[in-house]
Amino acid sequence: MNFQEIILRLQSYWAKRDCVIWQPYDVEKGAGTMNPATFLRSLGPEPWSVAYVEPSRRPTDGRYGENPNRLYQHHQFQVIIKPAPPDIQDLYLDSLRDLGINPLDHDIRFVEDNWESPTLGAWGLGWEVWLNGMEITQFTYFQQAGSFDLETVPVELTYGLERIAMYIQEKENVFDVVWVGDITYGDVFRQAEREHSVYSFEVADTKTLFDLFNVYEAEARRLLEQGLVFPGYDHVLKCSHTFNVLDSRGAISVTERTGYITRVRSLARLCAGEYLKSREAQGYPLLKKGVS
Amino acid sequence: MAKKKDLLLEIGCEEIPSRFMTATLEMLKEEACKLWSASRLTYDGMVTLGTPRRLILMVSGLAAQQQQQEEKKKGPAAAAAFDEGGNPTRAARGFARSQGVAVEDLKIEDIDRNKYVFAYKRMEGREARELLPELLPALIQRITFPKPMFWESRETRFARPIRWLCSLYGEEPVLFSHAGVESAPETYGHRFLSPGPHACPAAGDFLKILKDNYVLADPGERREKILAEAVRAAESLGGEALMEEELLTEVNYLVEYPLAVTGSYSREYLRLPREVLITTMQSHQRYFPVQDGGTKELLPYFITIANGVERFTDNVRKGNERVLRARLADADFFYREDLKASLENKVDDLKNIVFQEDLGTLWQKTHRIRDISQILCRSLGLPREEEEAALRGAFLSKGDLVTSMVYEFSELQGIMGKEYALKAGERPEVAEVIYEHYLPRFAGDEIPRSPAGAVVALADKLDNILASFSRGKEPTGSQDPYALRRQALGVIAILVERQLSLDLKSLLNQVYERLRQDASGALRDREETVERVFDFIRQRQKYVLLEEKIRYDVVDALVNSRSRDLYLISQRARGLAEAVETEALQELLKAYTRVANLAAKAPPGAAPKEELLLEEEEKELYRACRRLREKGERLLARGDFTGFLEEGAALRPAVDDFFDKIMVMVEEEDLRQNRLALLREIRDVFLDVVDLGKIVAS
Repeated sequence: MNFQEIILRLQSYWAKRDCVIWQPYDVEKGAGTMNPATFLRSLGPEPWSVAYVEPSRRPTDGRYGENPNRLYQHHQFQVIIKPAPPDIQDLYLDSLRDLGINPLDHDIRFVEDNWESPTLGAWGLGWEVWLNGMEITQFTYFQQAGSFDLETVPVELTYGLERIAMYIQEKENVFDVVWVGDITYGDVFRQAEREHSVYSFEVADTKTLFDLFNVYEAEARRLLEQGLVFPGYDHVLKCSHTFNVLDSRGAISVTERTGYITRVRSLARLCAGEYLKSREAQGYPLLKKGVS
Repeated sequence: MAKKKDLLLEIGCEEIPSRFMTATLEMLKEEACKLWSASRLTYDGMVTLGTPRRLILMVSGLAAQQQQQEEKKKGPAAAAAFDEGGNPTRAARGFARSQGVAVEDLKIEDIDRNKYVFAYKRMEGREARELLPELLPALIQRITFPKPMFWESRETRFARPIRWLCSLYGEEPVLFSHAGVESAPETYGHRFLSPGPHACPAAGDFLKILKDNYVLADPGERREKILAEAVRAAESLGGEALMEEELLTEVNYLVEYPLAVTGSYSREYLRLPREVLITTMQSHQRYFPVQDGGTKELLPYFITIANGVERFTDNVRKGNERVLRARLADADFFYREDLKASLENKVDDLKNIVFQEDLGTLWQKTHRIRDISQILCRSLGLPREEEEAALRGAFLSKGDLVTSMVYEFSELQGIMGKEYALKAGERPEVAEVIYEHYLPRFAGDEIPRSPAGAVVALADKLDNILASFSRGKEPTGSQDPYALRRQALGVIAILVERQLSLDLKSLLNQVYERLRQDASGALRDREETVERVFDFIRQRQKYVLLEEKIRYDVVDALVNSRSRDLYLISQRARGLAEAVETEALQELLKAYTRVANLAAKAPPGAAPKEELLLEEEEKELYRACRRLREKGERLLARGDFTGFLEEGAALRPAVDDFFDKIMVMVEEEDLRQNRLALLREIRDVFLDVVDLGKIVAS
């Protein structure tokens, strides 16, 4: 099963379960959770089911395309269902069967792992799912997002696509994973991996980035004050990514870190608050539809 | 009356974190125990069992009915209840009716010599089958977790979502609903091998049904199976399994049907430090490493406990080997990268890492620890070689924090430092100091063995504590981000167990002064900081001594003395705990109490003047006090605290004679002051060592 087939199968599996098949969001981010389709839609009482691939950038994880297991950018397959259905574990396991992973032939385990994003003011409880000792999915019941308690609890599944592909294709090096035909993961991404690593570790201009952080922060605030939730949130994401690059560049000391994280978190809280207000003002349109 | 029966309650869940399981099963049992006694239901026995997916309560011989109970209700005054002829009045009849008893069954009893009418009501017990549907949900509600979650409504919290409830009383299903789940007489088997649902006709069949469906519900039975299989697997590999209790317990609660599967890794990785291999296998993968039974060297094998049956063994082995291979390849890469520069060179990189706001870099901290270590070495009179090892070790102590290996595996700090120091040709004593300076890392952990290691461990911890306190950042309630309480406990453990006698307060003053040299902002003033830190550590010591089951008043007496030597305080607390019940000590207490009561009235400062002592009894007491001071000092210098107490008890006759014959509060100002000063002098001889006023006389 090649890389894109894995994506297609997961999409089709969750599409059949009435998930909106969303697309990757076009602002840089560290995880699928930061996509507004997860972060914002997790808030409030409205039902919401969505599935999408998310290219996730983690500048500090870049290894110049030379490490067989680490990437500047990896791909998550993200599923959010709110409220969490009672048979969600079975639904998840069925999706693995669709990928040809039969639980009778493998040791699949749910091992405690609690998720937290200090920048988003979000956390949840759940597991990492083990496939013969390898973590392939993060499984989380969200409890808070944007520092708001979640009265209606969403469940989030985050599949690590590269790991799953390496396992299915029995590859020891992520760059050997077959994307399609004779095109490998390395053909698609190795150059970008190398250049992004050079950028994040060596070349990024910290002065510019610090300035950008301040500009994005001010713009986010300005937009949110006008109740423009989605454009405001885009700028929060830009702040977060800028911070990540500065961090990988070693430009932020341990003590400063906390300060920057707090700044992003307070913006995220602002977004969450504005989003909740705007949905309430509209009378929670999805609640009326009873979509689930 | 109906016969007693067995009760089963199974709470079926999504996978509960293994670290909660032991405490949760205990809590379930305790809460059930309280519940049965509050509900007046007797039972023969009770046990709790569990797996990641279920908490099970089994009660044998639970009574079919509550025990009868008699209730007594007070009614009107007897005078109002019966007329002069002894006939019941309307009041009596009304009361009897309201209580559901016959008028002739009312009894008259006295309350404070007034007579009242009483009704005795016999309450028949309700039936268990009728009560259980109310009791069981209440029981589940009482189970709490360190980190619970919501999943459906805001009303129910649990470790993870509850997905089914199975309950039977004998053969009768107990039907109730909780957390949106309806109970039913059916259970579920192994998630994949035999999911179910499986009908359960009677409580007594339950465990067998689970076993038939690949679930060993009894943690004891699973543990035995894991142990036996792991031992056998290790033997088949020609070695022995390294099975730490903590990991065994964790693994036990990660499976319902354990199966040991072996795997191997490339021999070339055996060149990695043992600790790296073990950490990778144990903490990251929950494997049992395998070592040679004779040489205790690691063998390139591991044992993993899977959840299932032989059918999937090959896949499990191959999969786990892949994961381990990738992890070890990473570790190997880090190791080789780290070895490219010596540990000494890494110390230079610490210049780029902030220690704490306004307190400079880790490089500066390293030098501080070195200087504090030197102060300690000198005041403890350590030999030159120890001092050299301590200073070199202190200098290198934080170098491993900038290695790739410690960046990846933070739990290896200190361990890698030692390893890299040896590789760089440092002396073994120096390498050992690097490892030991983090000890103890947790309650019950090992204490530094070498004097040099103990000194640097103290220096590092005291510097950490003072650094926070000097900036007004103290632990409050559950907030202790720098784990200062743990560090204070470490300081105490090292001083006490290594028998290091020193004046903690003067040491704290010196650490503060050294810290001030590196501070770029304003610090809280020295006196206040040192006082607060000293008090903080003293409070921890109080807690440590209470944990040793030493009487509260004995602990107070020592912790409130004027001693600043934690080792001596601890020694003396143990000594006093033994002596406190003896007659000699009771003698001493009586004498001390008489002295201390008046001593409190003494003016500050002035020592008693010998020339103002007129009467024989006060002269004698004065002499006795001087004898005690001199002899006491000698005894204490030898560490003979019990001898000191005995010597103190010998004061009793002189004290008694003094109080019998001498009037202290006389008119003459100078005589009065002098006598009070004498009493204060005696009190102070003790107070420097022990505050006997805290002891509760028996």
